[in-house]
Amino acid sequence: MSVDQATVRRIAHLARIKVNEAEVPHLQAELNAILAFVEELASVDVEGVEPMTSVLPMAMKKRVDAVTDGDIADKIVANAPVSDDHFFVVPKVVE
Amino acid sequence: MADLTELTLAEARDGLKKKAFSAVELVREHIGAVQDARPLNAFIIETPEKALAMARDSDARIAKGEAGPLEGIPLGIKDLYCTEGVQTTAGSHILEGFVPPYESTVTANLWRDGAVMLGKLNLDEFAMGSSNETSYFGPVISPWRRHGSNKAVVPGGSSGGSAAAVAARLCFGATASDTGGSIRQPAAFTGTVGIKPTYGRCSRWGMVAFASSLDQAGPIARSVRDAGILLRSMAGHDPKDTTSVDMPVPDFEAAVERGVSGLKIGIPREYRREGMPAEIENLWAQGIAWMQAAGATITEISLPHTRHALPAYYIVAPAEASSNLARYDGVRYGLRVPGKDVVDMYEQTRAAGFGKEVRRRIMIGTYVLSAGYYDAYYVRAQKIRTLIKRDFEKAFGEGIDAILTPATPSAAFGLGEKGSGDPVEMYLNDIFTVTVNMAGLPGIAVPAGVSAEGLPLGLQVIGRAFDEETLFAVGRVIEQSAPEIRPPEKWWA
Repeated sequence: MSVDQATVRRIAHLARIKVNEAEVPHLQAELNAILAFVEELASVDVEGVEPMTSVLPMAMKKRVDAVTDGDIADKIVANAPVSDDHFFVVPKVVE
Repeated sequence: MADLTELTLAEARDGLKKKAFSAVELVREHIGAVQDARPLNAFIIETPEKALAMARDSDARIAKGEAGPLEGIPLGIKDLYCTEGVQTTAGSHILEGFVPPYESTVTANLWRDGAVMLGKLNLDEFAMGSSNETSYFGPVISPWRRHGSNKAVVPGGSSGGSAAAVAARLCFGATASDTGGSIRQPAAFTGTVGIKPTYGRCSRWGMVAFASSLDQAGPIARSVRDAGILLRSMAGHDPKDTTSVDMPVPDFEAAVERGVSGLKIGIPREYRREGMPAEIENLWAQGIAWMQAAGATITEISLPHTRHALPAYYIVAPAEASSNLARYDGVRYGLRVPGKDVVDMYEQTRAAGFGKEVRRRIMIGTYVLSAGYYDAYYVRAQKIRTLIKRDFEKAFGEGIDAILTPATPSAAFGLGEKGSGDPVEMYLNDIFTVTVNMAGLPGIAVPAGVSAEGLPLGLQVIGRAFDEETLFAVGRVIEQSAPEIRPPEKWWA
């Protein structure tokens, strides 16, 4: 399988990465090189094989549903590019 | 006094215990070595004041008889581990200026045991690379050079800063991380020892995530023993990482001198690839002979799905990366580029913040997870992963104790020599290491020789899940049997 230029633009948008028109042909070639590299996997017989969901057999650990941390709002917003009174500030989302 | 940077970690530890020198003296010498080695670009930031403060605390604890197992030992920390109050970038512009308000579990374990931080080590951006050329903070230059050449050679990646710093004797050891070979490949390229432990052995909490089902922390050091000492401190159960395993951590150092007598070592025939350079083939044959001489039995084994591991990895790892890296959106931390609305702000931020290799992998990951392609690519790759793991289970089930392979398909290459046109050319570096991540197994790279051009070459040993002890024992036999590998000349100082 290979991707066309419209697909490259669509993937970039899905990935939320702005791509200049001039970069599209180059990106298309790179993505297709990787897709060509993984192409051989289509020929592997995977009939009846379970997909791996856990690297090593282990029971999912669970903890008590209780508050274990908190009251650190200052620390949480400390690295924010823009914040105001413990809120993260983003461009207006709702008109 | 002899140059303290030339000691091994074990020797430095014993010297501190005997009070042959103080932690402050030891750390001062290393701070000087780090400053002299700036042409290598191994560190993104140096933390000399913090190092001296930690060393003074270590000396106080040594005086009180309260020394920890790593008391006063200066280490470098891959800039992928969050360090409280010290910038952590993962080699990316998008995280430039990020100062974590918390400490990763692995580094917290090292400080608990008395280790001292010299600074944060350079790496490929988000650990994606095999040459340390994708870092936003510039490439790391290997302390090694080819015979009679001044041309810069890569240290490997993604833990290139870790490997270069340890090889250049800037620190006794360093933390590293391995998703497809990022500890073992740079270790092999720089004549150092690197171990990727079993998935779950070390906590991933506070490590910047790349591909969560493959990422694992481990050390790079100058000897097998030193790697064992470091791994013991780094490992251990952590309730904050549900995939960290609640199992006792063995005394790895005690396993180092066990020997290989009576062990069955497997040689996978699928690793003998067409076009393998003669010096890699000879190195491997040499390793087999060393094992036999030390009393091990050699058995040819088959791992039939080996050749599918790298392509399957280039589906699974980018898929997980595209999900993990979705968090970098210009809202909570790191870079923000203004946009005309919120989506435009995300897109501008991520375009400016991610380098080319990271962008490529996020896009491939996004594609293979997108509607209509998920089953054909992602689910199929996870099924192939099951097959790869079964190959290993079968070999170990038949009584194989460890598997011996080359660590890399070649010696280190020159800066800018690979991957500029075709990204796959760079990916092929991980051909021998990536299977181990896919199966969650432990693997160690140990220096075993030198190429015709004078660059180090390494062998890899793969073990059963949670049997790192056998890897240290086998690794030690390689280390003892190999011809002496002289450390690189300090051309930078």
